[in-house]
Amino acid sequence: MNSKKTLIVSHAPFWHDGSGIPERSYNTIIAALPAAFAGIAFYGAPALGVICMAMSTAIFWELLLNRAMRRPITVGDGNAALVGLLLAMLLPASTPWWVVLIGTFLAIVIGMQIFGGIGANPFNPVVLAIAILSLSYNHYLDFDSGLVNFALPFSSSMAPLATLKAFGPEAVANLNLMDLFMGKQVGALGSTSGLALTIGGIYLMLRGFIRWEISLSFIAGIYLTAMLFNMADPIRFAPPMLHLLTGYTLIAAFFLATESSSSPVNFLPMLLYGALGGIMTVLIRNIGAYVDGVIFAILLINLTNPLIDKIRPKAIGKVA
Amino acid sequence: MRKRSFFGLSKPCFKYELATDTSARPVAIPTPGQVTLYIKTPYKQASNLLKVGTPVKTGQRLVLREDDDVCAISSATGTICAIGPFLADFGKAWTAVTIKTEGKDDVDPEFSAFAAEPSLETLERFLSAGPGEPDFSPLMDAGRPVNTIVIYGGNADLLINTSLYVLKNNIEIINAGIEVLRKATGVQEIVIAVPKESVQNYSGHLDARIQPFSSQYPYAQPLMILHDLTGRLPDESGPSSMGIHFLRAEAVAAIGQAFNSGLLPIEKTVTVIDKQGAKHLARARIGTPVGDLLKKFDIPINDQDKIVFGGPMTGNAIYSEDLPVGPDTDAVMVQDKSEIPLYSDYPCINCGDCVRVCPANVPVNLLVRFLEAGQYSEGADLYDLYSCIECGLCSYVCVSRIPIFQYIKLAKYELGRILSAEEMNEQ
Repeated sequence: MNSKKTLIVSHAPFWHDGSGIPERSYNTIIAALPAAFAGIAFYGAPALGVICMAMSTAIFWELLLNRAMRRPITVGDGNAALVGLLLAMLLPASTPWWVVLIGTFLAIVIGMQIFGGIGANPFNPVVLAIAILSLSYNHYLDFDSGLVNFALPFSSSMAPLATLKAFGPEAVANLNLMDLFMGKQVGALGSTSGLALTIGGIYLMLRGFIRWEISLSFIAGIYLTAMLFNMADPIRFAPPMLHLLTGYTLIAAFFLATESSSSPVNFLPMLLYGALGGIMTVLIRNIGAYVDGVIFAILLINLTNPLIDKIRPKAIGKVA
Repeated sequence: MRKRSFFGLSKPCFKYELATDTSARPVAIPTPGQVTLYIKTPYKQASNLLKVGTPVKTGQRLVLREDDDVCAISSATGTICAIGPFLADFGKAWTAVTIKTEGKDDVDPEFSAFAAEPSLETLERFLSAGPGEPDFSPLMDAGRPVNTIVIYGGNADLLINTSLYVLKNNIEIINAGIEVLRKATGVQEIVIAVPKESVQNYSGHLDARIQPFSSQYPYAQPLMILHDLTGRLPDESGPSSMGIHFLRAEAVAAIGQAFNSGLLPIEKTVTVIDKQGAKHLARARIGTPVGDLLKKFDIPINDQDKIVFGGPMTGNAIYSEDLPVGPDTDAVMVQDKSEIPLYSDYPCINCGDCVRVCPANVPVNLLVRFLEAGQYSEGADLYDLYSCIECGLCSYVCVSRIPIFQYIKLAKYELGRILSAEEMNEQ
């Protein structure tokens, strides 16, 4: 019974489809890069600086925490780099380095590692970090004041949502929707180019890295809710397409709301989750106190996730 | 390792083998120098009946003690050269008996005296360790009467040809087996499960009701067929508590053959799947070392390759080429070391791929969190552990490469053990 050859023993199944967390992270980074490049094209070297700072410090925090907690080193799976990139894409190009450093600390340490790392975070870590930053350092996340000294290659020099909040729909009526879609608007460095974000989002949906149900229902939720508001009172509330193409809407639809561990997995819950996020976004934008409602809307739907994901099909063979 | 399709939205789509290629006869494997048989009961010291040097005959019933029910049927004539304990999957303790074979077969006459009059006791006594390894004990349990016997003509995994080949080429013998079963058990309702593509080959030819199943994986898993028949799945007390009992087609063929000829069948049909995924059919004596089969088909085995009993989705990996072909070994699969996917201890990232691929609607993402923590009964009560039909697709698609299927099998095994311990306490 003593064979000289050593055989590998493991449990079934003996096939795997080859998917993995690194593949997933790096593909999401690839999908996000066009929008990041668009930001670099508009805002120049400062944008590149913020992206590099965010990605490197995010990896640094995760490494530090892995070491401190004596856990396996997980930076190789690309998730920290992805969190850093997405965080940078939500910041204005003018963000000082220490705000970026704090931001990645909040995302990686407070948002993820203290809950147990990847897969255990109840909130999207990027959104949580931006929420804390925007409450704590409001001034640095104000696009208008931050970008006031930038020479921008387009005419509108005010962030559309801030203008909308302050002066009403009439002040943004002159904005060309096509310009907005191409990214010609003041905003965060990676979230203004609707075209690049949509290309990235479609890539992720086709590859199955994000759930299309969440993205589409989020967009539909925003569109329908904004349309109802607009129909009720066009003087006070902006048309739906403006809501779709400004602020964090598209990056949230394709990259933030779809974060795996804080979103549901069953079909109906995914639709509810996305639609609820869209509705909350427009509610906050139109009748709330904040300029952009996406961040708080996503935190809110992250909270509802465990509850609504209980709506699931009955498993087979149950007698009761 | 298989590759995921570029369009990740599409689900993996696997088809079972359909025995279309009838011309391929199984290759006969010559009698090996040694056969190893398992008696599925723990080895205790000093068996007077079986010890090194005891001569055995082909077809002889091997038991450790005179009144034991658990036996092995010797598949060759020779002398015992080793006997000892064997640790099987999930820590089950068996006894391994190795027989050094002689050139010729000397048939043990004990069974032929019983062959005239089929009875359940005879089946249990002589055929429970035969090809297909039929389990007769639920049929003998008066407390839980069995009213349907399902003859399983499908292959419980991908790439395997065995069961359908046997069914297709042994219709007369299987009819004889069905008759024996009717007579011995008194169960009239006998169902044969076959792929729906080949129903016309069997209907009318077999003396039983034909139940078609889909040839798309995993809709021919035995538990899935049980669900199709009854709309329910068994809990920890097993399928026979539902009055349904499964027998492999090969077991029924063995029963038919035994009572027709008065000789106990000792050969098993095995599908051998080589490293390229090509299939070969073989017929070998039970107890033949796997290495002999692989040598016959010129399949090289190197360090760190993998040999699997069963198919790619639900089989069991073995640790040595010297391990024998058992009565339930439908297939032997060989995997090159470059093809072996590795599992990890990464946590679940809640991507939901398993939930979408699960044919039984089990909330795998939640279930696996409980099973990882060892909370098996919570998993069973709250998250549908017993709805799992054991197809392995969740592990196949898992992004974190969690051995989900292994957790599920372990949980079912542990809960079954708790239940049997409780039943023992009550008695």
